[in-house]
Amino acid sequence: MAKEYETVIGLEVHVELATKTKIFCGCSTRFGGEPNTHTCPVCTGMPGSLPVLNKQVVEYAAAVGLATNCDITRHCKFDRKNYFYPDNPQNYQISQLYLPICRNGYVEIETKDADQNAVTKKVGIHEIHMEEDAGKLVHDEWGDCSLVDYNRSGVPLIEIVSEPDMRSADEVIAYLEKLRMIIQYLGASDCKLQEGSMRADVNLSVREVGSEQFGTRTEMKNLNSFTSITHAIEGEKNRQIDLLEAGEKVVQETRRWDDVKMESYAMRSKEDAQDYRYFPDPDLIPVEISEEWLDELRAKQPEFRPEKIERYKKEYDIPEYDIEIITGTKRMADIFEEAAALCGQPKKVSNWLMVETMRLLKENNMDADQIRFAPEHLAKLIQLVDQKVINQTTAKEIFEVIFAEDIDPERYVEEHGLKQVSDEGALHKTVEEVIAANPQSVADYRAGKEKALGFLVGQTMKIMKGKADPATVNKLLKDLL
Amino acid sequence: MGILDCTAVELGKKIQAGEVSVREAVEAVIEQIEQTEGTYHCYITWDKEGALRQADLIQKKIDAKELTGPLAGVPVAIKDNMTTEGMLTTCASKILGNFVPTYTAEAVRHLQEAGVVIIGKANMDEFAMGSTTETSAYGATKNPWNPEHVPGGSSGGSAAAVAAKECFFALGSDTGGSIRQPAAFCGVVGLKPTYGTVSRYGLIAYGSSLDQIGPLCKDVTDTAVVLETIAKADEKDSTSILRNDTNFTEALIEDVAGIKIGIPRDYFGEGLDPEVSAAVKKAAEELRERGAIVEEFDLSLVDYAIPAYYTIADAEASSNLERFDGIKYGYRTAEYEGLHNMYKKTRSEGFGEEVKRRIMLGSFVLSSGYYDAYYLKALKVKALIKQAFDDAFEKYDIILGPVAPTTAPKLGASLSDPLKMYLGDIYTISVNLAGLPGISVPCGVDSKGLPIGLQMIADCFNENVLIQAAYTYEKIREQLQERQG
Repeated sequence: MAKEYETVIGLEVHVELATKTKIFCGCSTRFGGEPNTHTCPVCTGMPGSLPVLNKQVVEYAAAVGLATNCDITRHCKFDRKNYFYPDNPQNYQISQLYLPICRNGYVEIETKDADQNAVTKKVGIHEIHMEEDAGKLVHDEWGDCSLVDYNRSGVPLIEIVSEPDMRSADEVIAYLEKLRMIIQYLGASDCKLQEGSMRADVNLSVREVGSEQFGTRTEMKNLNSFTSITHAIEGEKNRQIDLLEAGEKVVQETRRWDDVKMESYAMRSKEDAQDYRYFPDPDLIPVEISEEWLDELRAKQPEFRPEKIERYKKEYDIPEYDIEIITGTKRMADIFEEAAALCGQPKKVSNWLMVETMRLLKENNMDADQIRFAPEHLAKLIQLVDQKVINQTTAKEIFEVIFAEDIDPERYVEEHGLKQVSDEGALHKTVEEVIAANPQSVADYRAGKEKALGFLVGQTMKIMKGKADPATVNKLLKDLL
Repeated sequence: MGILDCTAVELGKKIQAGEVSVREAVEAVIEQIEQTEGTYHCYITWDKEGALRQADLIQKKIDAKELTGPLAGVPVAIKDNMTTEGMLTTCASKILGNFVPTYTAEAVRHLQEAGVVIIGKANMDEFAMGSTTETSAYGATKNPWNPEHVPGGSSGGSAAAVAAKECFFALGSDTGGSIRQPAAFCGVVGLKPTYGTVSRYGLIAYGSSLDQIGPLCKDVTDTAVVLETIAKADEKDSTSILRNDTNFTEALIEDVAGIKIGIPRDYFGEGLDPEVSAAVKKAAEELRERGAIVEEFDLSLVDYAIPAYYTIADAEASSNLERFDGIKYGYRTAEYEGLHNMYKKTRSEGFGEEVKRRIMLGSFVLSSGYYDAYYLKALKVKALIKQAFDDAFEKYDIILGPVAPTTAPKLGASLSDPLKMYLGDIYTISVNLAGLPGISVPCGVDSKGLPIGLQMIADCFNENVLIQAAYTYEKIREQLQERQG
């Protein structure tokens, strides 16, 4: 009988923090920009320059640690990791080895047991440390040379190192989604795999089911979507099992996943692993996190998704499915809560988010955290409909403009003359004209064809350019006929 | 008295009074440089035209009463490991042979704001690694007292430029004695402040946890004035300390009555030149005659300072000097195949022997498996040495001893035996390990006619007591010379 294998997976997740400035200097972290325009002597490693720690980096890192049940290191230090590479301007990266800011935490993920029952599982977090990102090498094939762009050099990162607690690609994805949700709720990062603000390296080994010992592991890099992570895990698991089945050994090495070829290749083995000669950076003083500071950070922790879901169930009369979707991102939940508070119509707010907003996000290929409009503009739009200033059709048109340009709907209605006409006197004349112009339909209606009324309403709305209140038009037509 | 015989403060007064123009002061220095630089080689770079341009600009500000401080218009030399915007900054290394910074070191900027005229960049040991200024890639500096001898190092160019009157004062840096020892060898005053007192921003690092910028001057008064000008907290340097006790000129008081001075017996053992020993002990006696309480004590751990120092300083240096790789600035080898070959050739050709020796030593003590045995142990020794000083300062205000075991050696005598050169740092090094302030003041000459230095060390942040004792001692010597002369 064939042997049964178990996959053992641990992750190293790098997250780019959403600070305005870099970790050790005042340069902008904004994405893009002409090469080497977001740089200064510090982040280009000029002689005599010195790093100064950005306090916001410590706050974000500690906040992620608190949200993932870590112990916060009250006296933590930065170390230098020495290696030569042109994207690393000092030829050492300032990171944390000996005293990382967070240790010994966990997150809970929803997963399935062998019988496909939903169960909760803890994934341990070994540590979280702070470090600086490197620059970017641009290979100029025409000029036969490589160029360096240091705009990303010094952008703050945290590295979240898990324990080897995951056993399948599903668990890995659940863990990553959980981390992303927590970090996005904290506002510490947008966590986009495609854009590289969240990057995961997969450490994977296989062993026979029942074995206590870990097998030899490999580290897989270059995984920039959940799909490629899933593929890479499957591919690497099978590669290792095939090796073992053939009586060969797994070599401890770093491998690079090629998502197009759907296979990985070895980058470097443990034998050529570099000695990073880590030592405490003498240019930086230790970070002392006082009890008061920690209390402040604890107080600033937001309401996370599970608590939010429970509260919504109690506070708002909206379907559970809507709650799931709305709390899926902090951005959407924030808009919902604020708009609902402003207009007092949570159900209507939820409808606008679930139908129109979701449709526009899909059409524009956007994520919910990219929503730009202010909640008060949605609230105002709902109020304008409630007050019969505009009708539902006009509201949908205006919402598209709100979604795209975040305009104030009240002013927009004024400026574009979109107020609906519900004054009977003003509508009377138009309705009379419509009756006069459509004798056939009038006759049909009088003959008992209810449908004909709908046609006449439509004709009236058309002449009124959609601004008439449909209920008033209906009533007028019935009266006159 | 000619312009060149003035101290910086005396010159500053004459400039404020309109008795001497800034241009006259600068021209006097340039004339001196043109006459003696060929012999002493104090500077790597000096800029006559630039200095004269600065002189005219500063004169205008003085005339407009915008610059009224004691250093306005005073010509100075800056050690070539401090960045100066628009002016070549080489660290006396081939690898930075073409490096023109876009930013000025914070300490230098404070001097510029005070209105000094920067004459040029002083020679030094390459990356401040050495005790003779002979490891400079641009040739050795000679001692103005006797050009067959070294000026000391690593701030040898700064000390020699002051002694040779090629400037009125200079900035140096001190990692293990690099201000105090050349000051002693060249017969000038040199002060290494408490670690964190002067910003290191723009100081090209050797051993970051030990490096400190300080003045080399003609007398103690100038030293206090210059230190007061550059001792400012800096947000750009995380190790900089905000102090509100930097009115160093207030300590220029001729009085040592009741000041408790400890003389470590361990500083007077084997290897100390008898003439140096006698001069230092005589100085202590003279201070006792003025009312100081002087006694001998055992400091302990002195023998451990050198190995601990070279472990820590070289470990930090091996990492600090990684950025010099031929990629972004500085020297790059002419021909290479691929990235690694470029790194290897650039660094092999760009660094001198002593720098390479220390990079290798530092890389070794940090490497996997040796870190605990060497680097961590050295940090523990450092903490013990600090403790030994803390204990001593429970009893004494000042610790007094020699600066170096001998006076300036002959050129070429040290380089062949690096270990012997390292041992020459024995009295200065523990001051850096403990982060303490120390001053070197002239206390006589030996039978060869070479100056001898007296070192005084105080507890952290106690520069004032050092300045007061050094000032008093300087007055004692002046009065002695007047009686003899």
